[in-house]
Amino acid sequence: MDAVTLDSTLVVHPRVSIRPEPFGALLYHFGTRQLSFLKDLMLLEVVQACDGTRTLDEALAVAGVPDAHIERYRRAVATLVRSTMLQQHAASEVAA
Amino acid sequence: MTLVAPASTTALPTSAARTSSTLIGHFERGLDAPICLTWELTYACNLSCSHCLSSSGRRDPRELTTDECKGIIDELQRMQVFYVNIGGGEPTVRSDFWELVDYATAHQVGVKFSTNGVKITPDVAQRLAASDYVDVQISLDGATAEVNDRVRGPGSYDLAMRAMQNLADAGFSGFKISVVCTRENIPQLDEFKAIADRFDAQLRLTRLRPSGRGADVWDDLHPLPHQQRELYDWLVAHGDGVLTGDSFFHLSAFGEALPGLNLCGAGRVVCLIDPIGDVYACPFAIHDEFLAGSIREPGGFEAVWRESELFQRLREPTGGGACGSCSFYDSCRGGCMAAKFFTGLPIDGPDPECVRGFGEQLLAERSTDAVPKPTGDHSHRTSPPRPRGSTGPVPLTLSVRRPGAAPVHACAESPLAGFAPTVSNDCACGGAH
Repeated sequence: MDAVTLDSTLVVHPRVSIRPEPFGALLYHFGTRQLSFLKDLMLLEVVQACDGTRTLDEALAVAGVPDAHIERYRRAVATLVRSTMLQQHAASEVAA
Repeated sequence: MTLVAPASTTALPTSAARTSSTLIGHFERGLDAPICLTWELTYACNLSCSHCLSSSGRRDPRELTTDECKGIIDELQRMQVFYVNIGGGEPTVRSDFWELVDYATAHQVGVKFSTNGVKITPDVAQRLAASDYVDVQISLDGATAEVNDRVRGPGSYDLAMRAMQNLADAGFSGFKISVVCTRENIPQLDEFKAIADRFDAQLRLTRLRPSGRGADVWDDLHPLPHQQRELYDWLVAHGDGVLTGDSFFHLSAFGEALPGLNLCGAGRVVCLIDPIGDVYACPFAIHDEFLAGSIREPGGFEAVWRESELFQRLREPTGGGACGSCSFYDSCRGGCMAAKFFTGLPIDGPDPECVRGFGEQLLAERSTDAVPKPTGDHSHRTSPPRPRGSTGPVPLTLSVRRPGAAPVHACAESPLAGFAPTVSNDCACGGAH
């Protein structure tokens, strides 16, 4: 969870394209030319909930991630932030 | 390519838990659209590499028109194919090449193209550096001119180095240097890495396949068993920093799985569109046996991908055939279909370069007329072609296999290993010689 601060909102990078698949999704970042697999349908829901208005906790709640698994999903999201598939903004920036 | 999963899946609820093996199951059953598509735009080439997997040289008069190419790009956009790997031949010699690149990127289809560098002038390099949607892959098969030019022809090393210098000068960082690993260049892996670092580029190593003209030189050039081990160790040591196009999964039986999907993606997540619009299961399988259809038929590419009888068959589960009982089957999954086919080995048996030596054994036992003849050949009629400019005499050191004679050799080494699945890397078997 080191890469994501709690009060920031998350948004899918504008250069990222998402292709839903039966196992989850493929993500492609045109800026970094990186391909990622989301191998989990719930993780896809979390990513789709990252619309620029929600924090990580809010996105996890919207996707219905059970409490027992929240830490794992936080780590997965942190991976996506590190690879810039997701971007974070401080809450104040969004409010402004 | 990275794999993002909520860490350990053991305690996840069924709806969320997808282990890496079920992910592979999805890939084996095929996706609605390829992850990785190779599109060879032309068989024309200024070079005449001895291992060319598409036997390129001369343009095919039936080559797709500019409008037909744009039609394919429209389809790829609809199918959400994020990017295509464009190759050839030498794709940049098509007069509409840049027009097609611009058309693709304007339609959210990224382009990674493979080139020997012939058209990468300083001006072109500037233009490429300015685009997010275009990636470039320069082919280089020796870290020195001596090793490279023996395979790719005289002057080809200088051509590639000049192109890389132009890209670096234009500020294009992270372009790819693509190396087909051979018996002669495996001792140069560190030197290749140094070249990539010098140009701020990324090294990509791929496997020599006995496809196209590669069949003629495979026996002389494919890595020796101890070199396979050397290559494997080098890949493990360099991890995700070096791309492989997932082409060495047959080496995963040495120990831990290499980054990548580690399966044969042919017709499942990978395919090839050739210069005349024929669709093959993978870039290394240009043969009637693996021809799924043509984009020129009604329904276009999408119909071929989703409905072709061949692709349906390739997506059916296989038990591993003769390899099914091998304790390493889960890691190497029987290896490369094309490598087996073009050496005359059964598709449901071991890879000719099986690290346990079973492939070697079968090669030695096989009948010589078991080796399939190539279906198409666009090689220059003078081989090698007369060099442009005065590059002096052409050194010919590689022996050419006699027609009908099989690549045979007798060496056996039985390595060993454990197994730990992981996933990541660039694209499944999307490599090109």
